[in-house]
Amino acid sequence: MIDKRVASAAEAVADIADGATVMIGGFGEAGSPIELVHALIDHGASELTVISNNAGNGQVGLAALIRCGRVAKIVGSYPRSSNSTVFADVYRAGRIELELVPQGTLAERIRAGGAGIPAFYTPTAAGTELADGKEQREFGGRPHLLEHALTADWALVKAHAADWHGNLRFNKTARNFGPIMAMAASTTVVQASSVDAPGSLDPETVVTPGIFVNRVVHVADPAQEFDLVAQGAHYP
Amino acid sequence: MSTQPPALLRDRLTREQIAARAAQDIADGSYVNLGIGMPELIAQFVPEGREIVLHTENGLLGMGPAPAPDAVDPELINAGKKPVTANPGASYFHHADSFAMVRGGHLDLCVLGAMEVAANGDLANWSTGRADAIPAVGGAMDLVSGVRAVRVMTTHCTRDGTPKLVEKCSYPLTGEGVVSRIYTDLAVVDVTAEGFALIETAAGVTFEEVAARTAAPLRDARSRPDA
Repeated sequence: MIDKRVASAAEAVADIADGATVMIGGFGEAGSPIELVHALIDHGASELTVISNNAGNGQVGLAALIRCGRVAKIVGSYPRSSNSTVFADVYRAGRIELELVPQGTLAERIRAGGAGIPAFYTPTAAGTELADGKEQREFGGRPHLLEHALTADWALVKAHAADWHGNLRFNKTARNFGPIMAMAASTTVVQASSVDAPGSLDPETVVTPGIFVNRVVHVADPAQEFDLVAQGAHYP
Repeated sequence: MSTQPPALLRDRLTREQIAARAAQDIADGSYVNLGIGMPELIAQFVPEGREIVLHTENGLLGMGPAPAPDAVDPELINAGKKPVTANPGASYFHHADSFAMVRGGHLDLCVLGAMEVAANGDLANWSTGRADAIPAVGGAMDLVSGVRAVRVMTTHCTRDGTPKLVEKCSYPLTGEGVVSRIYTDLAVVDVTAEGFALIETAAGVTFEEVAARTAAPLRDARSRPDA
């Protein structure tokens, strides 16, 4: 019998080791798996490489993980935030490494990682300083860069509705990186507002098939990072 | 002492007027991505009778205006991370699909802000290159490399009067030879194989005034030059 439910966020992240690579879903404050990230802070794993479009907001979630000194490296497209100086402070202090990737290249590298494609060529960033050190090749007379797939040990993803098999549906623009990160990680941990028996989701409406998901945690009423930031919340 | 402001201060377009001018060139039925900041205003000025579909990189086609304050959904935002709405006929999708739309040439047009545009269409709009800046690129490089037409909406000069239309960009490039048209507070300028071409000026602004504020050769290609 397939049942991917895990009793708590703490249990779901308990075996993330020091030095692990962790994909964290979300774009801005939408889709941030905040209960899972806070459980990861409580768990204490450090020297993490985090793959995430942004570098956190306010003093909660990923920003708090960085502030607690757990992140050695970020791979992302837009680590600047109007509501948090956490990343900026740590970056200027030389205590975190940044691999800056154009957003579409980031998404495609993750998708490729999940699809078993080791690398691909794209014209994005050709002729810019983000092309430095990358293999270049012309197609149709236009320069392209060789970009390598991204995979991870873990993905932390927020979904709206899940079933015990790990089939997922998302909510509006909170979907963002969730489906592709679920594909690209060895172990994908999902928090979902509802977790019901198989058959509860219409197969026609499943966005992420359960094969890409390993653990499902029921977080009935997830905190919205948007609200926590507005309230000036601080974790831990 | 004269109370008249200098002609250029009096005649140059407001942000809303630049947006309205840029909106006139968007064809009915277009799929469009508007850059964060000034270009977002264009959505308010789409001429009556035309339907365009706005794309936002974080996974929404058919983006509508900002919601009423009591109708904000934190999980419905735009690429600038601001609350938005979804129009009838909208769709949601994940990031790889969103950027397949961008990179696969499916979007008809994007209008972006600029720090500098060069006479060959090079665009710089993502980094000052300053050592203390936090590097952040977002989707800018994907948009300029994949969208069919890339236009720019910007002030003609910086606040201290430095021209933004230049012979060669001094800031780090977003893309090479990507910009085809520029809307500014003074003029509409096309990027052609022969460099910048003036298409029209704001009412009361002359070719010489625009040329004097453009740091590269400017050809007068207006259908009706100054009398």
